[in-house]
Amino acid sequence: MLTTRLMTRLVPMAALLFLGGCAGNWGWYVVNPTTAAGQRNLMFLIDGLYYTIALSVTAILISIFLGLVVALPGLARQRPPRVFNRVYVELVRAVPILVLILWVYYGLPQVADIAISVFWAGVLALAISDSAFQAEIFRAGIQSIDRGQHEAAHSISLSYIDKMRFVILPQAIKRILPALGNQLVYMLKMSSLVSVIGMEELTRRANELVVTEYRPLEIYTVLVIEYLVLILVVSAGVRWLEMRMSAADRY
Amino acid sequence: MNDPQSKTAASSRQQPDQDLEPAFISLRGVSKFFGDFRALDDVSLDIGLGQKIVICGPSGSGKSTLIRCINRLETHDFGEIAIDGVALDDGPAARAVLRNNVGMVFQQFNLFPHLSILENLTLGPVRARGLDKTAARELAEYYLERVRIPEQMSKYPHQLSGGQQQRVAIARALCMEPRIMLFDEPTSALDPEMIAEVLEVIGELAGSGMTMICVTHEMGFAGHVADQMVFMDHGKIVETAPPEQFFSNPESERCKTFLQQILRH
Repeated sequence: MLTTRLMTRLVPMAALLFLGGCAGNWGWYVVNPTTAAGQRNLMFLIDGLYYTIALSVTAILISIFLGLVVALPGLARQRPPRVFNRVYVELVRAVPILVLILWVYYGLPQVADIAISVFWAGVLALAISDSAFQAEIFRAGIQSIDRGQHEAAHSISLSYIDKMRFVILPQAIKRILPALGNQLVYMLKMSSLVSVIGMEELTRRANELVVTEYRPLEIYTVLVIEYLVLILVVSAGVRWLEMRMSAADRY
Repeated sequence: MNDPQSKTAASSRQQPDQDLEPAFISLRGVSKFFGDFRALDDVSLDIGLGQKIVICGPSGSGKSTLIRCINRLETHDFGEIAIDGVALDDGPAARAVLRNNVGMVFQQFNLFPHLSILENLTLGPVRARGLDKTAARELAEYYLERVRIPEQMSKYPHQLSGGQQQRVAIARALCMEPRIMLFDEPTSALDPEMIAEVLEVIGELAGSGMTMICVTHEMGFAGHVADQMVFMDHGKIVETAPPEQFFSNPESERCKTFLQQILRH
């Protein structure tokens, strides 16, 4: 009942967008690849891909490292490291990403008396924000490994670092791979927020073009498609990796 | 009986014996709590080099906890455990003495599923003992031969049967070249037809002079391998006796009941 009513509204809306969009007076010319101006605009938009990817990948690598560093104390037997883990996770998780981006870019240089580029401010904010979630993912992954594995590592006298590096983490990472892939997709989308401090990534490029061309519908539609393609490709890559790892399944 | 001469002779014969061979592992008044539950209750035990001890008793009697304390998988709360004269604590000396002396085999094998058999065997020697890869590999080959798993080195644990996995686990422990092996119910997770092959390997190891402490319900095996049976109940050592005496004429009621139950079928 509800879905039928929803469909009766959605379908014509989509049709209008599609047909209207195709009609000459809707202005797809701004991104028409067959004209020189349209091509230029399109390239301008797509160029933002470089920074979106660079930003996200750098940030996710840092956040995975940070997440691991924060997760391990959370699994300690003693109380102080566990408290550190809890405080970090709760604190960082409570700050909205956009707020963190603004704070790192405008606030941190004053506090720490350093110059920070837009790129690194963005990377840092995204990485810190994501690291709290990574920490929780790692904690869950490590906790899912059977106690017997820790005991076996102990029984052959491995140090804590060797135990983690050779026994526990390889197994844990395999289990949390879907969650890590999820975080990467999330990170790609959140990187659009870094546009507010002037990072020339996909969203910023679209915004700039809208200001000069006055064609928000068309340009933002292209932007949507850009993110869609990017994330579909990344998802496929993650799934391929998962499949490859479970093909070599040894459990 | 009344002859004081013979008494002194007997004690003087025992005295130098103990001096010559101080216990390799000694437990003195060891207690261990899990919350309010007393898993080990004032346990004292001496084990000399080359001795084979089989610990039995009903489940929850503290057998596993006892050998896990010897390996410091559990930390005891009271008393003292010493190996080769070194008291077990968190210090580096205790860690070194464990690394150089104690190997352990678990009920659930606990092989590393993401590593090949060879990698399972060489990880400890390379990372903990500092052997180079070639030496570790030779060691692994030697011990795989001894547990009769030739040509399986590049396989992964899940490709082996339970019995084979447990023998690999034994080889993994042996690759650390320990002086004493701890077995925590090594055949309890195995299908019946695989128990024999694992017990055979353990029996051979015992025959080669390895010191071992084994928790098991395989009484037939215990009878011909052990030179001392230890019966535990409620965290206490109730009875210690050589197997002939232990099986034919146990002293305590609890031990009698236990043996009747376990030997009935």
